[in-house]
Amino acid sequence: MERSTIFAGFGGQGILFAGNILARAAMAEGLEVFWIPSYGPEMRGGTASCTVIVAEEPIGSPVIDRADAVVALNPPSMARFEASVGPRGLLVLNTSLIEAQPSRTDIEVVAVPCTALARTAGDDKLVSVVALGALIARRPLVPLAAVRRALEVVLLAKRPEILAADLAALEAGYAAALEGALTPV
Amino acid sequence: MASAVPPRPAPERVLMKGNEAIAEAAIQAGCDAYFGYPITPQAEILEWMARRMPELGRVFVQAESELGAINMGLGAASTGARVLVSSSSPGTSLMAEGMSYMAGSEVPLVFVDVMRGGPGLGSIGPSQGDYFQMVKGHGHGDYRTPVLAPSSIAEAIALVADAFEIAERFRTPVVILADGTLGQAMEPVVPAYRNPARQVFDWAATGATGRRPRVVRSLHLKPEDLEAHNEHLQAKYRAIEAAETRWTGELLDDAELVIVAYGTAARVARTAIRRAREGGLRAGLLRPISLWPFPSAPIAELASRARGILVVELSAGQMVEDVRLAVEGRAPVAFHGRTGGMVPTPDEVLVSLRHLWAITAPRPPEAGRDERPPRRTARSVPIEPSMRRPASTPEGVDEPAFQEVWR
Repeated sequence: MERSTIFAGFGGQGILFAGNILARAAMAEGLEVFWIPSYGPEMRGGTASCTVIVAEEPIGSPVIDRADAVVALNPPSMARFEASVGPRGLLVLNTSLIEAQPSRTDIEVVAVPCTALARTAGDDKLVSVVALGALIARRPLVPLAAVRRALEVVLLAKRPEILAADLAALEAGYAAALEGALTPV
Repeated sequence: MASAVPPRPAPERVLMKGNEAIAEAAIQAGCDAYFGYPITPQAEILEWMARRMPELGRVFVQAESELGAINMGLGAASTGARVLVSSSSPGTSLMAEGMSYMAGSEVPLVFVDVMRGGPGLGSIGPSQGDYFQMVKGHGHGDYRTPVLAPSSIAEAIALVADAFEIAERFRTPVVILADGTLGQAMEPVVPAYRNPARQVFDWAATGATGRRPRVVRSLHLKPEDLEAHNEHLQAKYRAIEAAETRWTGELLDDAELVIVAYGTAARVARTAIRRAREGGLRAGLLRPISLWPFPSAPIAELASRARGILVVELSAGQMVEDVRLAVEGRAPVAFHGRTGGMVPTPDEVLVSLRHLWAITAPRPPEAGRDERPPRRTARSVPIEPSMRRPASTPEGVDEPAFQEVWR
């Protein structure tokens, strides 16, 4: 079964990085995965996004009709992608920046103050890693440990000094989403 | 649940971006020189080459223009070097002249076009709108170039090495035709790099020390000479057609409706035929891998037993002409495409399949393979419901098309 996730936010929020980490974690789990960025012309202050499809079988269409999950890190992303969530799909909202309530009632919404949690973990830029933790808590596309290992592999090679903060951000998002599951939006 | 899936023993998989995979495959295939000029969505090929080629002591030139790049490629390849040139649609138009010269001069080179939306500067979104340009010949004159169209990143890696091999065996430029989706996406691959064996070229301009000079040229001023040269080229193209026609199929054995699609469109179609079968509509996919030479024979064979053919492209309908030439009226041929950087969704393709089912008649089971249907059904049909579409389900016809086949 193919499960698709759209990560969307401002440029600089680490959208492509979070998708990349999910893709690497899925690959390490022996799954098939397809990662594609939105590489079109994007307006400053608008949205950047990437789509990650995870499946047990070889992946067909790179284009998805409906996403199984959308991670929206800023208001334009929610405006643009809320409608893309399939029925019974998941919408992860960064409530640090998004004040509006989602209009959909047929989807699961997990509201996490991603930017605030990222700041606590060490850096606002970790916002997408927090969101990735929240996503995995609600949709275990891959085990949390696999995401942790993917972060280790990528960051130990490139920027080992920020690994601890990234892992803290991941755990914070994961814990917040589990907790949020008990409270209405 | 992902955690319930037993991990597969695939330790050597790596996550690669399409453009980078194409570039690295060329390097591993022994590419001696790369020439290019930046353009989205293939810029990562140039970036990868800019870093890797100097590391390896090989040639990388970011030329002053596309014309510069392709003609540097022509010059380098004339010496027998293994050369890669890449660009995207507006850039490939500028390179068309060089392709004609290379075909005329019989210079082997691998040319990558990562297609974007057109015409003109168009958009940077994925497209298959360069089919006519790449398959029917880029520049002027009577020539053909083999065109290989990967549908996945792993296949792109394999085809790059094949392209160098075909180019050198037949002394011709060979095109790798991809689109922005394949160039920009990442997939896990087990890189199956291959470095084709080097041939000894008796034509390459390698310096005439101790031997007679060799001339690599496309100019033949005497009509008799040029005609003889053209006949030689045509004989070569017949040999390529016999040796290098490539395609693959899925779920074709019992298919009543056959989709013909390549590259990214074939991946969309692959999902669509599975959804169609979930709803009882027996659909299959024929995916041309070589666009020239075109797999006409298998398409003709399928058309003699299929109820209808649907061509899906990221274009306004280009390959559909070659499909119709292959089908020769044996079955109705419909088309579904999107342009401008839009990609058809699987459900859109499914709707087209259902329309095609609704407006076509079942194939009589006793019809022989070579027997042609009557002229009335031999015409290609539009995808929109036409005057010929029955107002309701015909009597005695099983109509899975009317079943709910949405996911």
